[in-house]
Amino acid sequence: MKRLSEIFDRFGGVNLLPVLAAVVAFVLIDAPSSWVTLTVAGLAMGMMIFLMASGLSLVFGLMDVLNFGHSAFISFGAFVAASVLAFFGAWLGGDSSFLALIALILSIAAAIAFGLLGGWFFETVIIKPVYKDHLRQILITMGALIVAEQIILAVWGGTPTSVPRPAFLEGSWIIGDVSIEVYRVFAFLLGLIVYVGLYIVLNRTRVGLLIRAGVENREMVECLGFRVDRIFVGVFMVGSALAAMGGAMWAGYQTLISPALGAEMLIIVFIVVIIGGLGSIEGTLLGAILVGLIGNYVGYLAPKLALTSNMVLMMLILLWRPNGLRPIVK
Amino acid sequence: MTESQTKGALLVKSTVLLIGAVLLFAPFLFQDVRSIEVASRICIFVVLVASYDLLIGYTGIVSFAHTMFFGFGAYGTAIALRQMGNGWDAVFFGTLAGMALSLVLAVAIGLLSLRVKAIFFAMITLAAASVALVLASQLNQITGGEDGITFRVPTLFKTATKLMVDENGQLVRLFGVKLNGKLAAYYFVFATSLALFAVMLRIVGSPLGTVLKAIRENEARAEAIGYRVVNYRTFVFCIAAVIASLAGSIYAIWLKYTGPDTALSFAIMIDILLMVVIGGMGTMWGAVIGAVLMVLAQYYLRDLMEVASEVTAALPLLPDLLDPDRWLFWLGVIFILLVYFFPKGIAGTIMAKGGKT
Repeated sequence: MKRLSEIFDRFGGVNLLPVLAAVVAFVLIDAPSSWVTLTVAGLAMGMMIFLMASGLSLVFGLMDVLNFGHSAFISFGAFVAASVLAFFGAWLGGDSSFLALIALILSIAAAIAFGLLGGWFFETVIIKPVYKDHLRQILITMGALIVAEQIILAVWGGTPTSVPRPAFLEGSWIIGDVSIEVYRVFAFLLGLIVYVGLYIVLNRTRVGLLIRAGVENREMVECLGFRVDRIFVGVFMVGSALAAMGGAMWAGYQTLISPALGAEMLIIVFIVVIIGGLGSIEGTLLGAILVGLIGNYVGYLAPKLALTSNMVLMMLILLWRPNGLRPIVK
Repeated sequence: MTESQTKGALLVKSTVLLIGAVLLFAPFLFQDVRSIEVASRICIFVVLVASYDLLIGYTGIVSFAHTMFFGFGAYGTAIALRQMGNGWDAVFFGTLAGMALSLVLAVAIGLLSLRVKAIFFAMITLAAASVALVLASQLNQITGGEDGITFRVPTLFKTATKLMVDENGQLVRLFGVKLNGKLAAYYFVFATSLALFAVMLRIVGSPLGTVLKAIRENEARAEAIGYRVVNYRTFVFCIAAVIASLAGSIYAIWLKYTGPDTALSFAIMIDILLMVVIGGMGTMWGAVIGAVLMVLAQYYLRDLMEVASEVTAALPLLPDLLDPDRWLFWLGVIFILLVYFFPKGIAGTIMAKGGKT
């Protein structure tokens, strides 16, 4: 058993889990073409969930703030993007891919801008007064979530909104007997770009160094004369913007969104963050990919179990590693 | 009690006593169907909110799974009554089964997540509750899916049952109130709720309650004195779960129906949170005040908002926000403001006022 775990660690340890899941699923599914489709879907879903969860994880790691209102940004991002896309409906439907691309970029940019602004507002008005008080943080952010959900209901109405997609992201590529939806590849690539960007900022720049140091030991960084609270506002804004971006992409993926979206995603985001270990970006990515893949595989193999699979996964991982897969040392 | 009482505390307690008296005579004071619904809902939510207060107010842990336990009780009773017929044995077994399931899950969740970090607990209970809700609406054969279960209750509680008849076989009226099964059902709800509330008051006043307060005030110190904080928290979580489950059973018997919306939905969890914060955390009395205010608001605030919405119809966005369906928006705003400015809630703030007597 010990040898086994050593070998496991040598080949990448917990990073191996998604690969392991994919291999097991390959054997169980027994149909390569469906397996490829499911894997691509799982990776795309994982990347979008990662976008939504990364902000929550960083915010918690840096300032010990648990934001239950995080999913409000996901829903707002989705609805803002949907509105912008609907506004440019003519461009999307037109022949010019260029105009459609601009509409797409504008919609995602609008979601991000909204996330940045909303994040700033949320941080200064809602969260700042209750630093270091977990009980009131949970209560207040929960209250904010209720209010945000009601605002969405008041502005966009309770009926599901359909989200138009640009023409060039519709359809799927067919390679042999494998069909791959274009939008999934797009979502995966965009998520990957953001991850690489985050990774570079966190590991190669001075600000990133400060953030990582702050996560590790905030008081020490403050003693050295840095204003961690200012960095924190920035991190909170970026985290909210990422959540809004994830929501915008999720809207395009689902093509039909309802105000309940935020609450649904909140659970998944929490599970991902717990699995990955609070505060770590790599852990969040790992957790998100794992949840995305297993969600899709189980949905195919045993549709009835699909909704509980995430929960079971979380329970198992917590029993194995109580602090998540890749916890930040604290 | 060794604690000296402030005037405010006396005021709060006498208010609660008054509420109790009104609830006791509710069927005679307000003789319409809606008021009885409101009164019984208040009774049950007082128990539910007080048991939640045991958790959040006395040990400082936030659970989002309280409706899950409420639902287990409601579903246990409902399923037993449907499968075994409308006897008292079915009520007994169903309630017991719901309680047992709640207890097992509470122990599991408590041991798994209370040990790691209190903040994990909120997230894990939220996830568990959502899974329970999904399961309840998926397992059609057992739970009736989205439609829920309608069932028959013991004969005593049927509206057609006559408790007392005069010599002509006519239903006896007392102060104009029909002595029928509905009245029996209401007093069943009232008596059981009162008993459960008394049990919780006793728990809070016992040495156990003192330890819990110590944990809330200073966890590290309580641990240092030699109290095992994790064990105490898990224990309280179990008590709260069992009481919530019992409240669920009572509610199911009163409604003669159990479904995801009445027993498991997240909306109920939000209601409980609002009630406990508005009433005041850490005082059992606050639970009573919070539950009364919120339930009254639920039933009567909407009417008021409808009027407000019509008055402001000419303005942009405002009528949308004043729409009766948006009442949660305003409660959310009030909730945030309360947590900021009156973290002790109504009861806690008043109880701190006034000189010692």
